[in-house]
Amino acid sequence: MSDVVLEVKDLHTYFELEEGTLKAVNGVSFAIKKNRTLGIVGESGCGKSVTAQSIMRITPKKTSSVSGQIMLHHDFGAIDIAQLDEDGDQMRDLRGREIAMIFQEPMTAFSPVHTVGNQIMEALFVHGETDKKTARKRAIALLDEVGIPAPERRIDEYPFQLSGGMRQRSMIAMAIILNPRLLIADEPTTALDVTIQAQILRLMKRLQRDNGMAIMFITHDLGVIANMADDVAVMYLGKIVEFGSLHQIFKEPKHPYTKGLLRSIPKFGETDGKHLATIKGTVPVPLNPPDACPFASRCSEFIPGKCDARMPDAVTISPGHTVNCVLYEPTNIQT
Amino acid sequence: MSFGKYLLQRLIYAFLVLIVISFLVFMIVQLPRGDAVDRIVNARQAQGDIITEEEEAALRAQYGLDKPIYVQYFIWATQFARGNMGHSLLGLPVIKLINERIAATLLLSVISLIVTYAIAVPIGIYSAVNQYSPGDYFWTLVGFIGLATPNFLLALILLFVFHKAFGLSIGGLYSPGMEEQPWSIAKALDLLNHLWIPIIVIVTAQTAGTIRTMRATLLDELGQQYVVTARAKGLRYRQLLFKYPVRLALNPVVNSIGYILPRLISGQTIVAIVLNLPTLGPLLFSSLLSEDVELAASILMIQSILAVIGVILGDIFLSLYDPRIRMEKGAT
Repeated sequence: MSDVVLEVKDLHTYFELEEGTLKAVNGVSFAIKKNRTLGIVGESGCGKSVTAQSIMRITPKKTSSVSGQIMLHHDFGAIDIAQLDEDGDQMRDLRGREIAMIFQEPMTAFSPVHTVGNQIMEALFVHGETDKKTARKRAIALLDEVGIPAPERRIDEYPFQLSGGMRQRSMIAMAIILNPRLLIADEPTTALDVTIQAQILRLMKRLQRDNGMAIMFITHDLGVIANMADDVAVMYLGKIVEFGSLHQIFKEPKHPYTKGLLRSIPKFGETDGKHLATIKGTVPVPLNPPDACPFASRCSEFIPGKCDARMPDAVTISPGHTVNCVLYEPTNIQT
Repeated sequence: MSFGKYLLQRLIYAFLVLIVISFLVFMIVQLPRGDAVDRIVNARQAQGDIITEEEEAALRAQYGLDKPIYVQYFIWATQFARGNMGHSLLGLPVIKLINERIAATLLLSVISLIVTYAIAVPIGIYSAVNQYSPGDYFWTLVGFIGLATPNFLLALILLFVFHKAFGLSIGGLYSPGMEEQPWSIAKALDLLNHLWIPIIVIVTAQTAGTIRTMRATLLDELGQQYVVTARAKGLRYRQLLFKYPVRLALNPVVNSIGYILPRLISGQTIVAIVLNLPTLGPLLFSSLLSEDVELAASILMIQSILAVIGVILGDIFLSLYDPRIRMEKGAT
């Protein structure tokens, strides 16, 4: 059995709006392995959250459509999540049990009028647990495991009685209560201050070590990615423009967008008197996008007639490191 | 601060508010020119009696009207607090007039309130969950027609239609001669027979607003992150709908139950007049027309007391229902 837990192939998630088709995710492929963390990085609006929601099949039903393959691998075979009915029992059974998700804003992600314990135990009850005492024991044990002091007391408290860091810990407890094989973390530390951020990241790494789950970690923060990820996918405008190991992406970035992102990290002592490097322009809205490199309009190495002619193919730079950019296509390297 | 302490504080405030209100009510009652003695004197003079200055002064002393205004207020307020509300111009004690009508008033108001919520809350939920669907538009249209139809007009039309078509007498709450009879199954059926038309009229007017409130608050809640969280746990949509967003969307409804209390008494005055219902609304209306000051003052005072109690009840309901409010009150 291979270690691949989830394999996404040519995923497209479109939203039908009055203004046209918004191609939020437009042909994304990647795989996530057991015990590994895939970091997905990109600016706001690049489609990273929608990718996560597509895997969970929780995009708005009426306005969105998901196509492509989302293969969830088991010992006994694979299920294509993209083919399931999003309201069907089969999909509901996977949610929370096989794939769980933690969200950015731990305040709003909990219902304010139900206790933390009630919401943590809920996943157990939804997936077949019937004994309240067992569920409660499990929830208390988990709260303890994620580092919440006095869990017997905290379990009966309401979300607004907990600090931001504790709420995020509780949400992690809620997500992992059924030992999911894939944990999707959508900007889980963005709303927290830096010291709490570090604690939460350490906690997630420890849980991964203990449970062997695969983590899909979504963030716009390259510092967090450097801390967490084994592999990195750089997304731009609904497409993955570069994919590689953490080392490959940070030390040998190829795509002009990746390079731009890395240049825009402030470095201590190096920016005296200079402006921080930025990427010119803003992220366009992917409404009826042309079949071209999505970054063409902002790229400093834009080649007219090539970049805007078609979407560049994925070029393998070294094993595990691919980039979608005409600069690296064999026909262009000679010229 | 504990919840009990909070409650005590609220009750003390409520008492202070009621004192201010009673003062205002007393002032309003004093506004018409002349006083009760003037009216008695006028009435007696109209009958040909001759009343001397001394007799008039004696009457004033008898009613306490020779005392300074603040003493008069004090006497009135303490009498009211003891349940002595004085006499109506109709020749009966005020308390008797109010007692006669309060049961019918509460019966009508409480039933129409329950019916309103029983209809409006499910429709509001349906409309929010199926936003912009034909069903949503249909119920919105029905609701607005109900809201836009003048109450008294609908009452008149129903009276007319049922009288013409079925020969039913549906004014009042009982058939002629029934009211005085002791309670029996026949009397209860008769009451039911008369009750549903006023209830239709009142509910028609009230439902649209409640539907809109329910729909709007539920739509807000449906967009909340915690709904996505619950879906991500694998809950069925229907399960999570009632456990999370509907529960939160009911907050304003729960809170408004208290505010409805004063409206129970005077809210449906026009309908009650048209349908000849023995409720407090028409009594207040006629007392104001005939300057029946003690009756009017008593009804106004009772209504104010209900309003204050209603607000407190609304807050208590809400704090029992919503832990955020309960804990906040407990924490400060």
